[in-house]
Amino acid sequence: MHDLSAHAAPHHAPPQGFIRKYVFSVDHKVIGIQYTTLSLVAAFIGMALSWAMRIHLAWPNASIPFLGTLSPNGAPGGVPTPEYYLSLMTMHGTIMAFFVLTAAPMAGYGNFMLPIQVGAADMAFPRLNMASFWVTFIGFALACATFFIPDGPPLSGWTAYAPLSAVGPVAGPGQGWGQNLWGLSIVAFCVASLLGSLNFIVTTLDLRTKGMTLSRLPLSTWGWFINAWVGLLAFAVLLPTCLLLVLDRLGGTSFFIPAGLVVNDKLLPHSGGSPLLFQHLFWFFGHPEVYIIILPAFGIIAHIMPTFTRKPLVGGWKVITYAMIAIGALSFVVWGHHMFVSGMSPYMGMVFSVPTLIITIPSVIAVLVFAVSLYGANMRFTTPMLFCLGFISLFISGGIGGFFLAQPAVDSYLHATSFVVGHFHFTMGLSAIFATFAGFYYWFPKMWGRMMNETLGKVHFWLSFVLVYCVFMTMHLMGFTGAVRRYSAYVADFMVPQIPTNRFITVAALLLGATQFIFLFNAIWSRFKGPKAADNPWQATTLEWDTPSPPPFDNFGGRQITIYHGPMEYDGDASLMQTSPEKAIAGT
Amino acid sequence: MNQPILAIRTGHEGTGHEVLMERSPYAIDKKKLGMWIFIVSDACTFATFLFGYGYMRVGNQNWGTPFAFPTILNGILMTFVLLSSSLTMLAAVRATQAGQKASANKWLGATMLLGAIFAALHLREWFKLISEGWRLFYNPTGGAAQFGACFFSVTGLHLTHVVSGVIALAFIARGYNQGRYDESHVETAGLYWHFVDLVWMFVFPLMYLMNAQTK
Repeated sequence: MHDLSAHAAPHHAPPQGFIRKYVFSVDHKVIGIQYTTLSLVAAFIGMALSWAMRIHLAWPNASIPFLGTLSPNGAPGGVPTPEYYLSLMTMHGTIMAFFVLTAAPMAGYGNFMLPIQVGAADMAFPRLNMASFWVTFIGFALACATFFIPDGPPLSGWTAYAPLSAVGPVAGPGQGWGQNLWGLSIVAFCVASLLGSLNFIVTTLDLRTKGMTLSRLPLSTWGWFINAWVGLLAFAVLLPTCLLLVLDRLGGTSFFIPAGLVVNDKLLPHSGGSPLLFQHLFWFFGHPEVYIIILPAFGIIAHIMPTFTRKPLVGGWKVITYAMIAIGALSFVVWGHHMFVSGMSPYMGMVFSVPTLIITIPSVIAVLVFAVSLYGANMRFTTPMLFCLGFISLFISGGIGGFFLAQPAVDSYLHATSFVVGHFHFTMGLSAIFATFAGFYYWFPKMWGRMMNETLGKVHFWLSFVLVYCVFMTMHLMGFTGAVRRYSAYVADFMVPQIPTNRFITVAALLLGATQFIFLFNAIWSRFKGPKAADNPWQATTLEWDTPSPPPFDNFGGRQITIYHGPMEYDGDASLMQTSPEKAIAGT
Repeated sequence: MNQPILAIRTGHEGTGHEVLMERSPYAIDKKKLGMWIFIVSDACTFATFLFGYGYMRVGNQNWGTPFAFPTILNGILMTFVLLSSSLTMLAAVRATQAGQKASANKWLGATMLLGAIFAALHLREWFKLISEGWRLFYNPTGGAAQFGACFFSVTGLHLTHVVSGVIALAFIARGYNQGRYDESHVETAGLYWHFVDLVWMFVFPLMYLMNAQTK
């Protein structure tokens, strides 16, 4: 019934005109680039916010003129008020967690690469895909809009804990329309993520080309596929949670607001709600969310490393894939470890501590697979490979902090300190960012058809790598000594001795930020002036390297694709394309 | 020679990829798969609302059971109407698969009518409750204020699904009559319709029967 001869029919011409081609495009490659660009812009905004926070933390009286212009109320004379400091923190977290870490490695690279890697001409639902991006864009615009309303962005952090987030303007500046816009922004992001996940799953299951069995999928595709399932279930919980929050704020309900709450000397008319309910619902999404951020990173690293170690991963596709599936599944039963000190029953704390320690097993297996695969490798130290190694280092360093925090007794001490800040920046923050950089340097030739500058890339890597440790390892140490998170200035007696260490972090963070401009320059310069990329500059084996750089509108020029091998046919300098009918050399 | 040998309906009409999307030998219809995935996700959304309701109910001692017999009777009537609409939807899918256009139209029409009756009965009940003083934040019987919040948000979410379903069915029926859609589109819409029906089978006992006056 479905005749292959359809391929003999003439191709449809790609859409013409700037709007159809680059703005409201249904082409997954354009959408992937749109997502990547959005994330890049968001990342630099988020970074600028962290700079403002770091400067204020180290020199509480320093004036940051730009902030004074942006918000005369929040930062009179350029010195942020404690409330405005929290606004900056909230938006740093929101923009980074949602619009950078969730969007770039999954929606950005996934959109571009997944259909090509499975041998399809586009996503399963191209128009839905376009809608996903533009709804994400609306969400991002709403988040940014909070800076330009009189009261500024909300204060409640990216976790938007109730009742602070639920009670409205009485709770402080930004808790009026700032928090409303925040809620709408996250609702939009949830809808877009759900549509995106649906598209990824159906594409992976339904549009694989001939011979592309599940066992032959590239591991990055596996990462995106598993992650799409996790996202599908997790964002489907955040969406109604945000709706309930909006109902509390605008509809007068009391889902998350307890009785007898006095805020700023005002008794609120609410009764019967539970802030704990919000934390349960939020973290039921929120913990899978940190794996939503890291699973594509695992996939990307597992995809890139064999190319540069010139050998298959230890354990083939199975060990790493099963580990990712186990992580995805277990991520739904560990959320309570964010709530050890929330007032939840301590027995529940013990219950959640156990799966939290269990989930470290597949995580450790995955990282060990990466590390052990280096044994006997013919390593090629390209920039993407360096970022892969950086990922392994950061994920191990950050992951070890997880063992501390998984114990309710230890967590009670460390919970509200900068130890936690250092921990999650290492794991879900910088591990994912390093994997994103690895993917960027690796796929840049395919996405834009030009090579990036290797020397600048290596400078970018080494400076980032050293400075990241200076910033976030130091935060771990400060956490041990009791540095409290979310304080806008170190004025309490016991924190005064920490001021010099704190300034060290600020200087390192500013340098780390400056280093990212090397990357930005490299990307923009290479985009226009870099040497033209070959179809397969890394001698890789997967389908995206079996098509021109950048690929044509239909990805393969109407070519019939048949797959004969798994994605890791490497043996030293020799390698075999997945489409090559020759005998396997590594036998994966 | 340039005419397409076989028109394959892939959902890519107008995107430029029509003839390039070969159907995978392993694959099921992607609209159907997509709808199943959507249902999984939407079930989580409903589950979250119902979990919140359960949490509120357990957390408030003064919950009360405000629904008198007429409300329950109305609920039973709504349940009967919605279950019947699943049956007519099934008949519509069967008719499209057998290629009986007239019959399919009749059954699709019946499904939409039953959906609309359900919505009308539901709204009548809502307005009655509102006229009695129920609000999202107020309980006129003096019990927990969360009752109205939970009732209106859970049933409101469900009602939104029913109304969207009726509108979607109208579009599908129109496209089916114009030849733009085929039996697979009707079947996919049917999946959604049955799901919304299934959700009601959770909402009805949890929201109505559990809140019925016992004497």
